[in-house]
Order: sequence, then structure tokens, then C-alpha cells
Amino acid sequence: MLHEPAAKSGADPAFPYKRRLGAWMFILYALVYAGFVIVNLVRPQAMETVVFGGLNLAVVYGFGLIIFALILALVYSQACERREKRLRQAEAKGGRA
Amino acid sequence: MNVLSIVLFVLFVAFVLGISFYFAGRAKSASGYYAAGSRIHWGVNGIAFAGDYLSAASFLGICGMIATAGYDGFLYSIGYLAGWIVALFIVAEPLKRLGKYTFTDALDANYNHRGIKLMAAISTLLVSICYLIPQMVGAGVLVTPLLGLPHAVGVVLVGLIVITIVATAGMTSTTYVQFIKGALLLVFSFILVAVVLVRGLSTKPDQGGRVPFREYRTLAATDSGSGLALDDPAWQIAAVREVKGLRFVKLLRDGRESWWKAEMDAATGGTKLLESQFSARLADGTQTVNGAPASKENQLATVGNMEAIAGKTGDDAATGGLNPFKFLSLVGDTKSRIKLWKNASFEDNGGRVTVYYPVFAAGNKVLRPGQRFKIEGTATDRIDFLSLMLALFLGTAALPHILIRYYTVPSPAAARKSTIVAIAAIGFFYILTLFMGLGAMTNGVVNLLDDNMSAPLLARSFGTFLFSMISAIAFATVLGTVSGLIIAASGAVAHDLLDRYGKIIKSDKQKVAAGKVVAFAVGALAIVLGIIFKGVNVTFLVGLAFAVAASANLPSIVMMLFWKRTTARGITASIFVGVFSSIGLILFSPTMYELYGKDPLTAPFPLKNPGIVSIPLSFLTLIVASLLTRKKGGGEASPAV
Repeated sequence: MLHEPAAKSGADPAFPYKRRLGAWMFILYALVYAGFVIVNLVRPQAMETVVFGGLNLAVVYGFGLIIFALILALVYSQACERREKRLRQAEAKGGRA
Repeated sequence: MNVLSIVLFVLFVAFVLGISFYFAGRAKSASGYYAAGSRIHWGVNGIAFAGDYLSAASFLGICGMIATAGYDGFLYSIGYLAGWIVALFIVAEPLKRLGKYTFTDALDANYNHRGIKLMAAISTLLVSICYLIPQMVGAGVLVTPLLGLPHAVGVVLVGLIVITIVATAGMTSTTYVQFIKGALLLVFSFILVAVVLVRGLSTKPDQGGRVPFREYRTLAATDSGSGLALDDPAWQIAAVREVKGLRFVKLLRDGRESWWKAEMDAATGGTKLLESQFSARLADGTQTVNGAPASKENQLATVGNMEAIAGKTGDDAATGGLNPFKFLSLVGDTKSRIKLWKNASFEDNGGRVTVYYPVFAAGNKVLRPGQRFKIEGTATDRIDFLSLMLALFLGTAALPHILIRYYTVPSPAAARKSTIVAIAAIGFFYILTLFMGLGAMTNGVVNLLDDNMSAPLLARSFGTFLFSMISAIAFATVLGTVSGLIIAASGAVAHDLLDRYGKIIKSDKQKVAAGKVVAFAVGALAIVLGIIFKGVNVTFLVGLAFAVAASANLPSIVMMLFWKRTTARGITASIFVGVFSSIGLILFSPTMYELYGKDPLTAPFPLKNPGIVSIPLSFLTLIVASLLTRKKGGGEASPAV
């Protein structure tokens, strides 16, 4: 039987960059997420602190983690697309990125 | 049961089956059946991701848990969403680049090792089954109020419809069902939250005038050395029971029994009795609810309301329409008081009674972790919390039905873009869950027997149409997710085991046929498990499935991509240890001991979620096994991605 990928993808010169960027962004998000877990474990009362507009830290941090994930995702996507485009253009010119 | 509900339900099912038959022609080849021919647009796939992911657990379970335990339920929303970061940054593109139909394909791409094929397929199968259980339980939960059918009938119905969807058009129909369902879920959840905010908060919620608010009485009592005595002579004490430090009192008035919870009255320093609800199985086997025979008309009343809103009580407290921030700030105010409900069971007169009693919590305590997860409790409680948050974070990117969706798009870039659409859609939905859950908590719609129904019952408080739509969408949610899981399981058996491992499959056609046969078998198994696990909170069950997935699959994916010394034997050993340690620890956990009818405190493994042990153990196994087998030709790791 055939075992190659279902859809053929050409070589991706941007892959090392994307992998490295992804790893760093993952670490950044993991740290912020870990911060949330640690505050809950070490100083759970701090989660009751009203931060702004009557909203406490638990709500602000929780919503913040969701919104931060989306922001990071968009930044990552833009960075990847820009690098892919640049490398494609460089490849078309026969040069190096 | 009402006509509109039935009509909408039948329309949904007919539509879903129509899609399946329409796309049946595209599922003749293995690529069409298992990967929708890799022709799905990234935008459609992104919403379909949301459809896959926002399962019964997300919709029913999280809202139910928030409705009964406040912010603790929202922790699942945070953890589930955070998991997508792992999926996007670590897994999406490499998986698409390396794989064909299954998670095993990607893992084995650079090794071609029989051990990986076998273990990864077993892992996919087991994780899919673990995840199937809560979905099927959710199906049963929905069908009872929607169509007036018993739980088991609902489970069988879902099983049969899903088998038909999968067997006719595989991944193509599943994708479009998920896309439509995901979009509808987002739109109608938003509408539900909007009407909750327009209604605002009150201390006597009457569901828009549909259901009169039920007041619960409080009686004054005197607790002297000779025992408890009531100040009002019309009531007589028939029995007193002590359960885990709580005291329940059976009272008689006009020949009718009722159960009350005794506690100290902080205002007077005396004792007070709080009126409770109760169900009982009498010694002769009769089932009663609140002292009368149980029937369709006599059931436990739905509950949930605020006793005080930012210090105000009575009619003055009603707020009218609120903006989202004001809604949250009022619920979480230190001067707000919320009536939550707990239960306790004990023997009485040869029968068994379950008393559902009120507890009062300040708003600031409800809108922070602690009602369910005892983060201020023992070290074990804290580790349990940490374990759950770890499993949720790492589980998403290891779920088989999520991973195979990366094969339905044409390129790695499309895989990345569809993940971002998924994060936006899912993140938006999870923010809505907090409002839906708190809406249920404060609108008197929580079913004491099954908190999974909180979101649909909240919708019912706004009228039949919204209830019917939300229920029908929730039902479609179950259909879609179960379809995806069955395809993942079917691919694991037909493609990974029969074809790649056993080399039994000789043609593309045979592989599709084998996949359909497996879909029938897994569907039948899911039906049986859905009936057995009736009544367990579906989000909790999903949390366990996440722990198994994170332990079994994630260490291999991550190490394969980032550690060049990873060997095939290391991956095989890691999956083996991850799967069996996580499942083994769950079987010996307090939760399972409770299901076995044993004392949870006697469980050999003290944590409810095994992730904190099984995930590092799986990583460690991979590292040690890879180092030990490196020279024996386990294969080089650095993937050609």
C-alpha cells in the first residue's frame, strides 16, 4: 500500500524557522499558563482581587489566557507567512534568504 | 417533549444523513474516506475543528460544572483552549507534512517500525474509546428532555445515526457535519448569552414568568444536651442522621415527611434547619421524590439562585439588563450570596435516601477556583489540580480525532491557518461558557440529578424555540464528535493495524471496507459504554481521556520533533507506558472506586487525574529507552519535515 502523505508538499525551507519560532512561542505561553496555575496553588486568595471594572484576577487572567492564545496564534501566522513569502521570492530569484 | 423539539431534531438528523449520502461518492477511495481527499478549505476545516472539539463535554459538561461549582468549571475552558497552542506551535505543520491518514503515519514516517505501528494504533483506539464514553453519555442526557425517551434509547439512537454517517461518507461528511454544527453552536450560544444578559440578575428568578420561584423555608431549632427541639410545635422530629460531619433531620408535619439540613445559625448562635429536597428508595423498592411517589409530574425541582446581589435582597435586587462586565462583577461581588446545592446519601428505615441541601457561597468565592477543586486543601488536592491542568494543556494536541483533521486540508500552511481559525472560534465559545454556566446557576434551571443539562435548561427558560435549537445543536455536537472519533478508531484498525502492521489489506477498496466494518464495531461498543456510564459528569470523563491522550501520544510527537536521539523503540516504549500507566492509575483512582461502590479514600492511587505521574513517566521512558537502544538500530530521529 502507499504510505506517503495524502497531499504532496514540496520542500519547505522555512520549516526550521517555523519550528524554532513555534517552540519559543509555546514556551512563552506555557510560562503564562504556569503562572496562572501557580498563583492558584500558592496564593488562591489573590484570585479574588478585583483588577478592574469589578472583575477579579481569576476572570481577567482566565479571559486573558484565551485572548493571549489568539494573539500569539495571529503573530505566529503572520511571521510564518512573511518568512515563507520571502524565501519563495528568494528561491524564484535563485538567491538565498 | 414538544412538537417543535421533535420537528427540529428530525430535521437535523435528516440534514446530517442527507450530507452523508450526498458525499458518499467521495468516500470510495481510502484517501476520500479517511482524509476527505485532502480537499477541505482551511476556513471550513477550522470551524470543523471547533465542531470536533466543542463536544458534549465542552457544551454540556463545562456549563453544568460552572452552574454547580462556579469558576472551577471554567478551568476546563482555559485548559482546553490552551491545548490548542501546543497543537498550533508544535504539531500542526509537521503532522500534516509527515502523515497520511492517521497519527501513526506521522509518528512512524521516519522509522517504519512495526512496534510504533502497533502501539500507536492501540493508543489511538483506546484514547478514542475513552473519549467516546462521555460523548455517548451526553447523547443520552439530551434525548430524555428533548424527545422524552430513556437514556439508553438516546445512546442507541446516536450510535446508529453515527454509524450511518461514518459508513456512508467517512471524513468528508463528518467534516461538513462538524462545520455546520460548529457554526450553529457558536451563533446560538452567543444568542443564549445575549438573552441571559438582557434578562439580568434577580434573587427570585422565575424563568421569565414561566416557572414560579420556589422559596425554601428555614426553621429555628434549639440544640440542647437532650437533643434537637423545634421552636414551632407543628413540626415533629422523626429522625436525625449524621453523615460525614453533616446533620440531617427528618421532620413530620400533617403525616408528611421531609428532610432538612441542620446547621448553626451565625446570626443568633442557635441552630437552624434548612429545607432540602430528597429522593428515596424505600425498603419495598418504591421510589419517592420529596415524600411522594416519583412520577413524570413529581420530580426534583430545578434550583439555583442568588440570595443577595451586591448586598441587595428581595425585589430591589433585580438588575434588569446588564453588560457582560457588570454581570460578572455582580455575580463575583463580595456582598453577593449564591445558593448552591450539594447532596448526601444514607440509609433510612431499610431504604436509601439522598438529600439535596443548599449551601451558601459568597460571590467572590464562586468566581474563583475552590468550590470543586480544593486548592486550599491537602497536598493531594493541590497535586490533583496541577495534574488536571497539565493534562488539559497537553491533551488536545494528542487527541486522535483532532490530529486526523490535519490530513483533510491540502497543505501544511492550510493546516496552520485552520488551527488559527479553530483557536478564534473555540476561544470565543469558551468565553461564552462562563456566562452560560453562571446564567444557569442564577436562573433556577439546574437539574439536581444531572448538571449536564444546565445549558439546554437555561435555553428552555427563554422559551421552547431556543431550547429546541440548543438541544438539537447539542445533539448534532455529539453526532459530529462521535463520527470523528469512530473514523480515528477505524483508521487505527484498518490502516495502521490491518494494512501497515499486519499487511492483510491488499487494495484501496479493501481498506475502505475494513474501515466501515470497524466503524460498526466501535459504534456498537460506544453504545454499550454510553449506557454503563450514565450520570457521570461528561467534562470530568473527558478530563481523563485527555490525560490518557497526553500520556500516550504527546511525548512521542514532541520528542520525535525536538530530540534527535529519539529511537523507534523509545517511541514504542513511551506509548506503551503512557497508555497503560494512565489507564491503570485511573482504574485505581478515587473516582473509579466510587463507581465500583467502594470508599474512595481506600483507592490505592490518591489522585483523580493521573497526568502528573503518567505524562512525565512516558517522557522519561522515551528518553531512557532511546538512549539504551540507540546503537541497536532504532532509527534516527531528526524528521525530514
